[in-house]
Amino acid sequence: MNASTKAKIADLVESFKTTGRIVIVGASLAGLRAAEALRKEGFRGHLTVIGDEPHEPYDRPPLSKQVLKGWVAADHTKLPRLETVDAEWRLGVAAVGLDRPNRLVRLASGEQVPFDRLLIATGTRARQWPNPKEAALDGVFTIRTSDDAARIQRALAARPERVLVIGAGFIGSEAASVCRELGLAVTVAERGPAPLVGALGGVIGAIAADMQRDHGVDLRTGVGVTSLDGDAKGRVRRAHFSDGNMVEADVVLVSLGSIRNTEWLEGSGLAAGFWGVGCDAGCRAFDINGVVTDSIFVVGDIARFPHVLYEYQFLTLEHWDNAVLGAEVAAHNMVSLEADRWPHLPLPAFWSGQFGVNIKSVGVCPFGKEIVFTQGSIKKRRFAAAYGHRGRIVAAVTFNHGKWLQYYAAQIERSAPFPPPPPGYDRPRKTKPIAAAFPDSRVPTSLPDVVLTGHDPTERGAEFRSSIG
Amino acid sequence: MANLTPWQQALLYTNRANPYPLYTELRKTPVSRQPDGSYVVSTYREIVSILHDPRVSSDLRKRSKADGSEAREQTTAYDREPSMITSDPPEHDRVRRAAMLHFGPPHLPNLVDSQETEIRRIVGGLLNKLEGKTRIDVVDEFAYPLPVGVICGILGVPKEDEPHFHAWIEAFMNGLDLGPEAASAAQQRLREVGQQGLQQLKTYMARLLVKYAKQPGPGMLSAMANERSGERLSHGELLSNAMLLLFAGHETTVNLITHSVLTLLRHPDALEKLRRRPDLIVPGVEEFLRFESSVQFWPTRTALEDIDIAGTTIPKGAPIIVVYGSGNRDPSRFKNPDEVDLEREDNGHLGYSSGIHLCFGGPLARLEVQIAVGEFVRRVENPRLVVDPPPYRHNQIFRGPRHLLIDIDGIRE
Repeated sequence: MNASTKAKIADLVESFKTTGRIVIVGASLAGLRAAEALRKEGFRGHLTVIGDEPHEPYDRPPLSKQVLKGWVAADHTKLPRLETVDAEWRLGVAAVGLDRPNRLVRLASGEQVPFDRLLIATGTRARQWPNPKEAALDGVFTIRTSDDAARIQRALAARPERVLVIGAGFIGSEAASVCRELGLAVTVAERGPAPLVGALGGVIGAIAADMQRDHGVDLRTGVGVTSLDGDAKGRVRRAHFSDGNMVEADVVLVSLGSIRNTEWLEGSGLAAGFWGVGCDAGCRAFDINGVVTDSIFVVGDIARFPHVLYEYQFLTLEHWDNAVLGAEVAAHNMVSLEADRWPHLPLPAFWSGQFGVNIKSVGVCPFGKEIVFTQGSIKKRRFAAAYGHRGRIVAAVTFNHGKWLQYYAAQIERSAPFPPPPPGYDRPRKTKPIAAAFPDSRVPTSLPDVVLTGHDPTERGAEFRSSIG
Repeated sequence: MANLTPWQQALLYTNRANPYPLYTELRKTPVSRQPDGSYVVSTYREIVSILHDPRVSSDLRKRSKADGSEAREQTTAYDREPSMITSDPPEHDRVRRAAMLHFGPPHLPNLVDSQETEIRRIVGGLLNKLEGKTRIDVVDEFAYPLPVGVICGILGVPKEDEPHFHAWIEAFMNGLDLGPEAASAAQQRLREVGQQGLQQLKTYMARLLVKYAKQPGPGMLSAMANERSGERLSHGELLSNAMLLLFAGHETTVNLITHSVLTLLRHPDALEKLRRRPDLIVPGVEEFLRFESSVQFWPTRTALEDIDIAGTTIPKGAPIIVVYGSGNRDPSRFKNPDEVDLEREDNGHLGYSSGIHLCFGGPLARLEVQIAVGEFVRRVENPRLVVDPPPYRHNQIFRGPRHLLIDIDGIRE
């Protein structure tokens, strides 16, 4: 490249940084951190941040823990501002559509916001109880937003007779733990064989089940909740289970996982659907055909990107770190040209606190077929375990053993052999790898049919068509 | 002394004030075998890897009996029962938990923060005493009295006994030499005196613990001696850990305060910046911890298996020395490592180690140094170094100036 081309390119970048227009849709962790990172990258143009909640960006992990317990008020988890962000904040108004050809984001208010570059960070929402009438009963809650947490905290503070938690993933288990700490009777209903099975597999799930029962949780596994009954005042009273049993409960916490907020992208021609938004490891969104776009970026819970450590499989990571690290990469790439772009290659990591145990994990546990306990004591719930796939270590989990996690992280990063070499001390009793016992497949989802149309390369393309009707 | 390895040279007293050029030399071989069969780890990445490797032990009893290294000789002397710093899980975890029960979260989340008033009172008093003076010794008149006062209060060690245990600890520190000079007649004599000091400290601490067991008093030691839950330690465990906490609870902080002042006086830009932006003291102290680590290295680790690292195999049974002071200046981890940057980003220094043996008292030490150095910068007018480099103490691990003479124009309100 000659000097004058170089100078022209530098001018181009500089001019975009000065006069470009960037819109971020989603004003939670990923959106805020991306806005800060854009300013740090020297972007001085017009920046708009759109969020459907009226609140300033806040931190969600405490909502199912400290907030429910009443230690921290729900409106006291605002995210610290790391940089001054001079942005136009459009809070409390949802984005409802994307017009790619004209580069416009349509808002629920009818307004249209133009952009040169767009960052999609709309994240996920809680899956609601499927029966709307039952879901509307007083005392039935989902846990995702600070408003949710404030309502549940008030309901728990009123000392209900019994709380029913439907779904024993991390959120449900954390909520059950809080209930027990508050001395409330709690029943947990989980359709799978144990808590946390989806994230950590059946072997760890069995330990989590013991933990719950030891702390006085009435844990029912292998059962679904079929319906909720209310009283004349519209308050929830009892739940019917698929095994014919019934539980009286005056608070019901529905924790059935999350749904990705991609509906607003319908018809936009992006690779957006229940799986999230497909993108490359540089956070650039794919269009519906899987062709990378240049002006639209995706980050956070809904970004589905290929990960080099996991055979380039496309993953979504609903983890805090993924939002923060991804935001930095996306922001950098939004104001850089191809040669300067960064890859988003996080080593996935998450944590949870429940029943007095600090659970931490690195890597992608469900990618593992086998698990081996490597350090500590299962009985005392202080241990480390590693997950393996094709003779390589792909993930690790610790219960009250987080200071060792880095050892496993380093091995995962270099795809070291599985099982890892045994430690010199504090060896667990069982040291043989066993099946990690992840569910065979997810509950079938109603997938839209993908239809390929056209023949000529200029016409060939994909379409999604609803498979219902 | 010809034919010394860079590591042996770094241990010579003449290089105490500035071991860093030798560390640069050392890092050319990240893991280097020494003539005595020990392995010195000097690069950041490799140190972190060793600190997190469960095939590396901190328990000297697991080291080959044939190893007559000075580290083993001297550090086991006071460790009849190992303290938490020289033990492995699960014992280590149990003891650390038992101690943390009386020091920090979740049981005492406010203990460290509640010291702030007392720390400010001590620091204020020390600076007030300097009014009217034009030449002061930062070590004796400022850096030493604060941590010793704070740790006595927290542990429940009577402050009036300070002159005694100060002398014993100092003797032990002076007697500890892990380098080529250890064999000299003079050092052998110091070693004798040091071992006596250690014995006296042990007798003193044992009596104090027995006293507290009979008659509970204030502080952490009494609480631990009277613990009735499952987290109760044996007398031997309590004794070695009480000695560790008293020692580690102030010696390292004295060095950190002194080094912080020294570093600021050597870098007037940083001093001026801190004057203008006092809140930089928080990241500033992290930078001082990186720049002049209070614990330069740690010699008690042992490989329990053959460990492949940085193109070398550390054989099973070999002693491992991790050189924090070198890792903290590793240019492959820190940009411009020999510069002081109060706003350094991603300052993952090893000044408090890493992994399960991460400094137990770090949160307390941070608070002490932040207040002490912050107030020093705010109140001391026109401080100037008198001697540079200042005279250093003999000890190689707990490296710090013995005196730091400075001239001042006065003390502000």
